Amino acid sequence: MSARSFHLALVALAIPLLGAAAATVTVHAPADTVRYKPGPGVDLAVTNCTTCHSAAYVYTQPPLTRAQWTAEVNKMKAAYGAPIDAAAISGIVDYLMTQNGKE
Amino acid sequence: MGFDRRGFLAGATAATAAAASAPATAATLAGTVTLPMENGTRPLVAFPQKRPLIVLSPRPPLLETPFAVFDEGVLTPNDAFYVRWHLSGIPQTVDGAAHRIRIHGRVKRPLSLSVDDLRTKFAPVSIVAVNQCSGNSRGLFAPRVPGGQWDNGAMGNARWTGVRLTDVLAKAGLEDGARQIRFHGLERPVLPTTPPFVKALSLDDVTDHGDILIAYEMNGAPLPLLNGYPVRLVVPGWFATYWMKMLVDIEAIDTVDDNFWMKTAYRIPQTPGNTVKPTDTGYPTVPINRLAVRSFITSVADGGMLHAGAHTLRGIAFDGGSGIAAVDVSTDGGSSWRPARLGEDYGSYSFRRWEFDLHATTGKHYVLACRARATSGEIQTAMPVWNPGGYLRNVIETYRVTVS
Repeated sequence: MSARSFHLALVALAIPLLGAAAATVTVHAPADTVRYKPGPGVDLAVTNCTTCHSAAYVYTQPPLTRAQWTAEVNKMKAAYGAPIDAAAISGIVDYLMTQNGKE
Repeated sequence: MGFDRRGFLAGATAATAAAASAPATAATLAGTVTLPMENGTRPLVAFPQKRPLIVLSPRPPLLETPFAVFDEGVLTPNDAFYVRWHLSGIPQTVDGAAHRIRIHGRVKRPLSLSVDDLRTKFAPVSIVAVNQCSGNSRGLFAPRVPGGQWDNGAMGNARWTGVRLTDVLAKAGLEDGARQIRFHGLERPVLPTTPPFVKALSLDDVTDHGDILIAYEMNGAPLPLLNGYPVRLVVPGWFATYWMKMLVDIEAIDTVDDNFWMKTAYRIPQTPGNTVKPTDTGYPTVPINRLAVRSFITSVADGGMLHAGAHTLRGIAFDGGSGIAAVDVSTDGGSSWRPARLGEDYGSYSFRRWEFDLHATTGKHYVLACRARATSGEIQTAMPVWNPGGYLRNVIETYRVTVS
């Protein structure tokens, strides 16, 4: 390919790109299929933890201690504003310990 | 402004309206990978405008680039570039023509700029720069820390084209009282009680830096939606937390921003080497800022095999903007070092590729290591950084390989 025809090819490429820059872009994300596994307290996790994030957030953590899981749940409530009933926190932590905890 | 956030929220499916520009992608499992950490098995799924990437979370999407991609070239392809959002309220439709960036606050002339305004009313600038997540490599911390459990692939290197932030601020005219510039994108919390994702840079940092861009192109193409279409902030040499995606609001403020994402999250210890012991408490912290110098081998993985004979090892190195001065390679676990050949220089914010010749002897085991030195003098060490946020890992990486 001569230098001139290469140059023309670049110009031709640039036109659709410029047009696309102002385009409306629509995407469809794959559904979140990660689910909390059955166990005592699973309903508490589903109710309190599903609105904002995938259950993958729990299962991809390293196994955490009770103190660490408690800190995580408290952070969701205090820092991220999750409407978690204070009375539900210990039950959520118990469930998380069965799913991905370490003593 | 029309956009639809439903898709990343709970219960959403891929069965809603037809896609305009990017075809709908079903959650097709392209395989799984197991990263070198406990609970490290992840699905590989192609999200919209993306090839199959390592899914840390589908909602909000946290997608890691498979490390072999970094061996393909100095620029990370848009469809392989990692993805990280904080909140699940992400628009799935963005009208690039209707999009406006508001510049307001302590400015003399508030502005509302379209992407076309950026393209036509300001000088275009292209910079090749590494975008690295603050938490890149967090999953490799010992002891482990909570947070997004990335391996080393929450980074990428692209040619960003856009306009200088300082040019836009000059057009708006900063008032004397301006102290920080605050940035907001279209990403929104699901709950009204969650702090919106807002980040701020001091005016001194913005002025001293000079190379901060409002970018409308990534590697010569519009940004993928998941990387911030139609415009994102580009802060070369700084961690990606400041590179606001779907940038919609720039505000000059006369205070130091104290929102959650600046005051509480993304803080690093203000200690030598930004490192502490797990038992330490009460140390001062500062907002995370510049990238630490790092290097990687890209042509063979830890635990990999080499065939006997002559090899050219390949790798990459980068730092927080001074550029890479040298990369040394060890084949004996760090006892002795020899210099690598540096590849083409794409600028001081870019990955710098390097090569190293090795003659592999049959039956031998090698502990390969690479060590980069930045032009600033910063050099990688064998002592890993530790901090509770899991930030700034830049230890000398080692790769155990056997020869077939």
